[in-house]
Amino acid sequence: MANQHKILLLDDDEQILELYQELLRALPSQPEVRVSNSGARAIALLESEPFSLLITDLRMPKMDGLQVLAIVRRKYPQLRIIVLTGVLDEEYRSRAYALGVDMFWQKPGNGEEFKMFNDCIESLLDREALSEGGFRGMQSKSLVDLIQLECLSQSSAVLQISRGAVSGRIWVQEGQIIDAAAGSFSGEEAFKEILSWKSGNFELKPADPDRPRSIHHSAQGLLLDSAQALDEERNKKSSGETSLAPEGTGPASANSALAPLTRFEGVEFLLTMPADEKAPCDSWGLENAREAADWARATQKRLGELGEKIGAGALAQVTGFGLQRHWALSGHVRKGLLCAGFRRTLPKEKVEETMKHIFTKWVA
Amino acid sequence: MGRVKEKSTGGELRRLPSGSFTVDAQGHVVSSTVPQAVPAALVEEIGQCVVEVFQGARKANLSFSEMVAHYATFKITAREMRGGAIIFLSPKTPRRMSPS
Repeated sequence: MANQHKILLLDDDEQILELYQELLRALPSQPEVRVSNSGARAIALLESEPFSLLITDLRMPKMDGLQVLAIVRRKYPQLRIIVLTGVLDEEYRSRAYALGVDMFWQKPGNGEEFKMFNDCIESLLDREALSEGGFRGMQSKSLVDLIQLECLSQSSAVLQISRGAVSGRIWVQEGQIIDAAAGSFSGEEAFKEILSWKSGNFELKPADPDRPRSIHHSAQGLLLDSAQALDEERNKKSSGETSLAPEGTGPASANSALAPLTRFEGVEFLLTMPADEKAPCDSWGLENAREAADWARATQKRLGELGEKIGAGALAQVTGFGLQRHWALSGHVRKGLLCAGFRRTLPKEKVEETMKHIFTKWVA
Repeated sequence: MGRVKEKSTGGELRRLPSGSFTVDAQGHVVSSTVPQAVPAALVEEIGQCVVEVFQGARKANLSFSEMVAHYATFKITAREMRGGAIIFLSPKTPRRMSPS
């Protein structure tokens, strides 16, 4: 069967494994179901072959389900995960969702509950479109489609768009785009920033008629300008223009891949370290990039391993606050590490929020 | 279909550690309010990791006095003090309680 889904079932109870394996195999999509009775073996199976879905218990000896989740979510961000447990503790439910599971289910106890569970699994397996990008909220439309829809219908609303930890807003009044905000950006800059996000979630909020107008271009003009700017940036990246910016000097050259990131408020230095440690780093405004890169890699690795031991989930961000300057460090599984330095007068909350925006832009 | 009995399996789920403790320049725990249920070796490891991060940053000319490590469900805050550091462990309550 083409594109057959593969499910990995993890539970230390053999009876449960046998029962659920039979149930899941009987689903209309007839997935292949593999089983594991330990977290370590489940992780080994995930490493050796691709799976569409992991269904895991929580309470297991040696490596409990939360520890498995902390490791698996970091290594396989696209994998769908369901917790299936008899544990009814709100703290563990919250932790499981914070660790990035798609669903948290109490183990079904009667025929009706089993049917609901099966319907849920089938529905989750069908939602492949979500892994292809696009914006959830209206059957994976692009952001440009959504904005054009609002403008063509001459409606008034506030579009709230979120992408991971960052979010932005676009104010539409009677079909006209009047304002936008995203992090430290506002107006047209914020609009272009939001348009550069390739995927995320959107929400339509009630109109805000009192919002002052800061964008005066037509919607079509804005969309064309943003599309042109994105094309130019894409062409620069694909032509391999990632020249090392001069250390400790002024603004990054227009050709540097870091140039778009330097315009964020308060940025004093940038350092990017590819996931492949043999590949060269890129830096701007930093005198000792090599030493800083070695420290950043070691810090990310050490704190990441610590988080797995604690069962705390993925390391999202590390920030440091000093008398001379502040800095922040974030990592991406495929892209590598990004370290940014900020002026010391920038408030702590601003450092963390700005870093989220810079990181989102860098990953995109 | 009858209710499937949940067998009593080994391994209680661990709660995330919380509390604060101080460490010396080598990362050894000096004093602590972290509950005893949290393994002492884990607390010691957190302390040593923090001290290593502070010392490494100093060598890389990125010295700082306060560090925050944000995890999905947890936060470690550390402030360098004369001769060591004070470290705060805080489990996080996630903003969203419903599935994505």
